[in-house]
Amino acid sequence: MTRMAATRDGYGQALLDLADNEKVVVLEADLGKSTKSLHFRKAHPHRTISCGIGEQNMLLVGAGLAASGYIPFASTFAIFTERAFEQMRNGVARPNLAVHLCGSHGGTHTGTDGSSAQSIEDLAVFRTLPNVVVMHPCDDVSTRALTMQLPQLGKPSYMRTARNKTPVLYDGRENEIKIGKGIVLREGHDVAIISCGVLVSESLKAAEALAEEGINATVVDMHTLKPIDGELIDRLVSQCGALVTAEDHNVIGGLGSAVAEHIVANSFAPLEMVGVPDRFGESGQADEMLEVMGISAPYIAKAAKQAISRK
Amino acid sequence: MSKTIEELEEIARKCRVEIVKMVHRAQAGHPGGSLSEIDLLAALYATRMRVRPSDPNWSDRDRFILSKGHASPGMYAILAEMGFISHEDLKSYRVLGGVCQGHVDMKWCPGVDFSAGSLGMGLSFGMGCASAARLDKSDRRAFVMIGDGEMQEGSVWEAAMAAAHHELGNLKVILDRNRIQNDDFCEEQMRMFDIPAKWKAFGWNVKEIDGHNMNEIMEGLDFLEAPENSNGPSILIAHTIKGGGISYMENNPSFHGAAPNDEQFHQAMIELGEVEA
Ligand SMILES: Cc1ncc(C[n+]2csc(CCOP(=O)(O)OP(=O)(O)O)c2C)c(N)n1
Ligand SMILES: [Mg+2]
Repeated sequence: MTRMAATRDGYGQALLDLADNEKVVVLEADLGKSTKSLHFRKAHPHRTISCGIGEQNMLLVGAGLAASGYIPFASTFAIFTERAFEQMRNGVARPNLAVHLCGSHGGTHTGTDGSSAQSIEDLAVFRTLPNVVVMHPCDDVSTRALTMQLPQLGKPSYMRTARNKTPVLYDGRENEIKIGKGIVLREGHDVAIISCGVLVSESLKAAEALAEEGINATVVDMHTLKPIDGELIDRLVSQCGALVTAEDHNVIGGLGSAVAEHIVANSFAPLEMVGVPDRFGESGQADEMLEVMGISAPYIAKAAKQAISRK
Repeated sequence: MSKTIEELEEIARKCRVEIVKMVHRAQAGHPGGSLSEIDLLAALYATRMRVRPSDPNWSDRDRFILSKGHASPGMYAILAEMGFISHEDLKSYRVLGGVCQGHVDMKWCPGVDFSAGSLGMGLSFGMGCASAARLDKSDRRAFVMIGDGEMQEGSVWEAAMAAAHHELGNLKVILDRNRIQNDDFCEEQMRMFDIPAKWKAFGWNVKEIDGHNMNEIMEGLDFLEAPENSNGPSILIAHTIKGGGISYMENNPSFHGAAPNDEQFHQAMIELGEVEA
């Protein structure tokens, strides 16, 4: 049986692992139970700063700490990181202060809380900020591994994690996971599916379905959206000649856009973008939402065929 | 619009039953803040709100903004009681396509005046509604319910300052002071010191009541509506119990956002007098 886990649990675990570094501090905005920073808080209360329900304050407290030699990890729901967007822009990114922001409960997969809690634009908005590294890992192992690398990053970051459990792909493979390097999960020559977060396992399912029809797909976990792994994309273009992106995020501005921005300026191939079709979510179970938004495995497989037909 | 105290208490009891049923059925949602607010909502809707359930978009209606939009089961329960939605609709809470979305949503549910869910937004929206009423030369009011944890958002204070500056006497806030937020007690997360003094310092008319005592609630609503308080915005600080009415949820931070299991559900129905022990 595949182990199931939520990426937010990997984040919580990583914070605990990082605690040996005395400079690591954790900032909370009354969602530590949800983002999983609560484990750090319990173990290291003196290095945890509660900012109450005040995300804008939290980001700039982080900036002040970073400018004073600390390594702050701040978290809230992905959607509420956006409330502090301008703080992130002017107070964190502009002075290039290494504040590490984590937004949990990203995407429509968040489920029955409904549209107010389902961030579909976080990856896009943070991607527009110079200096900021943007990540969206797909399982708890890679979330932990990426988070563990952040103290060495030396610049700000945004990482989206998810509320609900998805299949774990990287047990025992921690060493393969590096910020900025996409991971090839499956090799094929007909089409390449580039995905992130909760849609990586859906993309693998799509590839299996395609294989039954004699179509061989490469599947890539592009856990880092910025800087995007351009070398890998170039290789996929020449190897497969057709690309699909898949993300639980608005089709505007996320992974699909990042890949499109790269290929139009480099080696070109037809690209189909699977993502939330520029609409808000609603209340529904996680798997129902992927259907409603048209981003589950069958939609990814369909997009793959469409991309191939455009070769 | 006149109701006896006993009648109001019975409306609130029925709403409590629906709240617990909704979160139990969905196995998700926010019972704590729904139960703490419900006596206030029951009295407000049953005796003060100038609304037309059969014409929910009537333009000159009073507005009610549940800024703590996660406490939606309480809102849906009173909307059903008032006839804005049916009791059958309550079964759609958190169900795909349902009018009762996880957080109150004006695009989905008749009688909901603001799509909330992000804390610290409702008071500013209420100020907009109150300003529009003034421009329209209408005597309609904007009532806004906020949470105590919510008060930590800086935007609440931007709105508080602005509403007093503009002397919006038609803006009326009810604070659900249940002393608990998401992770823990407010006292642990972010102390707020002298809350009445803060609002007074911002230029508001302030009154404190026990938010579960119907007599006091009616006095509090009288205060909000009193002509002598129409010089500026007013706030009713209602001291409540999070999870109030269900013993094991009372003052228990873990029932901010968690559903009762079957056994706990049964016990709640006993405590609310729905079934015999
Ligand atoms: C801007 C924003 N930040 C965080 C949250 C997550 N959240 C939902 S409810 C809640 C606690 C609210 O506490 P309070 O206002 O006291 O409400 P009540 O106790 O009445 O349920 C939090 C932090 C949110 N909904 N909006
Ligand atoms: Mg509260």
